Amino acid sequence: MMKTTRTALELHEAIQSGQQTALSVLDDVYNKIAEHEPAIEGFNCLTQELARETAREVDRRVQVGETLPLLAGVPIAIKDNINIKGYPTTCSSRILEGYVSPYDATVYQKLKQHLMPVIGKTNLDEFAMGSSTETSALKITKNPWDLSRVPGGSSGGSAAVVSANMVPLSLGSDTGGSVRQPASLCGITGIKPTYGLVSRYGLVAFASSLDQISPFGQNVKDTAALLQVISGADELDSTSIKNHPEPNYLQCIDQDISDLRIGVIQELQNDAIQPEVLKSIQDAVQTFESLGATTQPVSLPSFQYAVAAYYILATAEASSNLGRYDGVRYGQRVEEPDSDLHTMYRKTRSQGFGPEVKRRIILGTFCLSSGYYDAFYAKAEKARELMRHELRKAFEQVDILVCPTSPSTAFKIGEKLNDPVNMYLSDIATIPVNMAGIPAISIPCGFDQQHLPIGLQLMGPHQSEARLFQAAYAFEQKTGLCNLIPDLKIPPKSEPLI
Amino acid sequence: MPQTPTQTEYEAVIGLEIHVQLRTQSKLFCPDSTRFGDEPNVNTCPVCLGYPGALPVLNKKAVEYAVMLGLALNCEIAELSKFDRKHYFYPDLPKAYQISQYNMPVCTNGYMELSTGTRVRINRAHMEEDAGKLVHAGAEGLAGSDYSLVDLNRAGTPLLEIVSEPDIKSAAEAREYMTNMRNIVRYLGVCDGNMEEGSMRCDVNISVRPKGQTEFGTKTEIKNMNSTRAIEQAAEYEIARQVQILESGGSITQASRLWNEATSETMLMRVKEGEADYRYFPEPDLRPLHISREWIEALKRQLPELPEERRARYISELDFSTHDASILVDVKELGDFFDAARPHCPHYKTLVNWLTGEITAYLKTEKKSMADTRLTPNALAELVELQENNTISSTTAKKLLAELLEKGGSPAKIVEERDMAQISDVGELKKMVEDVIANNPKQAQQFRDGKEQVLGFFVGQIMRATQGSANPELVNQLLRELI
Ligand SMILES: [Zn+2]
Repeated sequence: MMKTTRTALELHEAIQSGQQTALSVLDDVYNKIAEHEPAIEGFNCLTQELARETAREVDRRVQVGETLPLLAGVPIAIKDNINIKGYPTTCSSRILEGYVSPYDATVYQKLKQHLMPVIGKTNLDEFAMGSSTETSALKITKNPWDLSRVPGGSSGGSAAVVSANMVPLSLGSDTGGSVRQPASLCGITGIKPTYGLVSRYGLVAFASSLDQISPFGQNVKDTAALLQVISGADELDSTSIKNHPEPNYLQCIDQDISDLRIGVIQELQNDAIQPEVLKSIQDAVQTFESLGATTQPVSLPSFQYAVAAYYILATAEASSNLGRYDGVRYGQRVEEPDSDLHTMYRKTRSQGFGPEVKRRIILGTFCLSSGYYDAFYAKAEKARELMRHELRKAFEQVDILVCPTSPSTAFKIGEKLNDPVNMYLSDIATIPVNMAGIPAISIPCGFDQQHLPIGLQLMGPHQSEARLFQAAYAFEQKTGLCNLIPDLKIPPKSEPLI
Repeated sequence: MPQTPTQTEYEAVIGLEIHVQLRTQSKLFCPDSTRFGDEPNVNTCPVCLGYPGALPVLNKKAVEYAVMLGLALNCEIAELSKFDRKHYFYPDLPKAYQISQYNMPVCTNGYMELSTGTRVRINRAHMEEDAGKLVHAGAEGLAGSDYSLVDLNRAGTPLLEIVSEPDIKSAAEAREYMTNMRNIVRYLGVCDGNMEEGSMRCDVNISVRPKGQTEFGTKTEIKNMNSTRAIEQAAEYEIARQVQILESGGSITQASRLWNEATSETMLMRVKEGEADYRYFPEPDLRPLHISREWIEALKRQLPELPEERRARYISELDFSTHDASILVDVKELGDFFDAARPHCPHYKTLVNWLTGEITAYLKTEKKSMADTRLTPNALAELVELQENNTISSTTAKKLLAELLEKGGSPAKIVEERDMAQISDVGELKKMVEDVIANNPKQAQQFRDGKEQVLGFFVGQIMRATQGSANPELVNQLLRELI
């Protein structure tokens, strides 16, 4: 159905001009959550007090005639692997039961500076490991377009709550496609920025060299505005990009794209891709041509190694990053009278982690073991270098590369959970982007026969976010797809029984 | 005639791994203080506690200290080095990995010359973070304790691990190597060199082999030595122990051993069963470390005089004995004191004698450092001059020194105020000598009869009368003339 509510930027305008108070915007959000959350189950917790405090501050400033910072007053949900001081960070894992963060993530500080009320923390695959949000130890989030299907993952909660129009914006984290794939499956926009553009300080690490906090929005402009808010160098994150010019994506977002050179990735045009998805991508390429862009096929043979190499590097880093959950300092500890240290370690980790996390810890530990390092980790690094090299070469010929975001539309809950390799292949088109550290955006480009959204992925060279937004925005203006939202039936309240 | 088998001669092969705690204000990867002795867990933050999502940021000062120490040890400084994660589970290691440098350390290929002529090659020196500390209740170690408490104040303190090649040939050389290392870190100011408090820790790898054999014997590693003397004793003990085992037809077990100060023995700690698998891989949270040539050159220019340079200066320029030079080099503050007093004092040899004699003895008995005393370099220079120009006797000088150490002040002023100058006026002394001779005719006759010892009696009389301030040489001379 057509969306009738305001976009994030429109809400901000309305608040700034006094048409609507930030508190009333917040009330609307919580009302919608009350309506839809029981069916969607996207939130791990709501942070009403925190949000209201921010909204009150916004209203106070409007009253005294202050000019608000960008997106002030616009409610936002954040993935439950980003730390907010005084609130639990669960990573949807049992092992962090009882953990309350003693500090703020840098990205949360930025939202605070911009007076964006954080309304709640969203569900994810346990420690962001998964492509369906089903590995969460807490709940199963549903796809708003079809409640029997997954929202994608790992940022499934953040994608579903935006897609269901409960909240206009959210943050996820993208390690191998964890924002773009759920954006695609839920029919919204998600961008994985250049590695280092957004500080990782306070984002619970899965695979440090690949993780990047990434925004979701209901349209390209809102998403661009949110990235503008959260990006920037951070002295608390050594891997954040220094001397990056202060971005202003909104200023030039409607620039003409008739000089744009587009490459169509051949390796993602085969029968591993759902036919309706393929067709939709071909239509999208024609849309770009109709906007004046030139298109050409581009071959990136190293993409065939992407999934294998990724599952070595990502699991190796994960096995290291997850060592700290040992029951000594925080979270869950499982011990019995007279159990020694090693028994405590073993029981805590055996009971605290779910099967997918264990699988990856074991895989990563193996890949780093002496005698196997060269055969696995070192080789995967070479594959990563090859991908970077090929992409660099490709970007000498074209400005952006296009391909489907996900090989298929949303699959059924439970369909792939016990078939890890098939699940891993959901990220075949998104993984090379993280491996190369480049930015990529996923935008809706159509629907399949079951009316499930299809996503188009645009990739660009390092720090080409402005260009990606221009291309995505031009496409969105032409197709108008961002105005469609799922028609969520609210279950009728049952009459009271006598 | 059959040859009787000669006794096999053995030689020791020794290498040292030294952990130097770099004396930065804050930790290696977070802003917490590195202060020693605070309440448990007060100097901690999400980074050094290994909280989910916290990230390390490298301390620049620690890098500078590592480079300075590398330069002082004649190392090559890597313009590109990197950090790696070393994994193991233990409650004092919050992240379950230690950030260290595995295959691209900051310093490589250095050396140190020993007085024996041995050049000890230094394989590498790499930066890493220290672990925390466990306190066990009800037992010495984790095993058997009722519970253990974790103090993470020390977690994340910067360390430089310096690994020597096995070039050291004796226990005495091992001690000298460690003493020199301690001097170097103190001269550079990168560490207080305090082994008792663990600011410097050392593992000694020892094996023995028949002289002339090229392959190494099986080595043991000795831990837990908290003084240079302990290193020498432990190495001596371990060499003898190994030789004895080989002589009696046994073989050495590769193991870690502990030095027991009380019994002066090394004890088995644990037998090594293969190499632990630390699963090293490059630390993805830190960018590779680039150290520019310019930065290295700037640090090189800032290097202070090093112990060996000071030793060479004292011996060749100032003609010190090796013994005196060693004292003023090994105890840096004494050398510093000497260098500060020297410009005010032409009689610097006397200065050295005071420093290596009376003052060193005083510091030892009082268990003080130079900084704990009130004596200033200027005052000591003044005292030496008062003694050298015969204003005061050496007895007075000694008394005065004791006072200066305790209370401070200017010796010239004190001498003047208390009239402590020796009486060197011939007229005044002559009168006194004549009086003493006249009052003691019996003793005067004994002297004239050749009884030399009686002279002492007369000197004593004069000294008593002048409260020790008569110039003894002059008194002697006058007595001989006048009796
Ligand atoms: Zn800290």
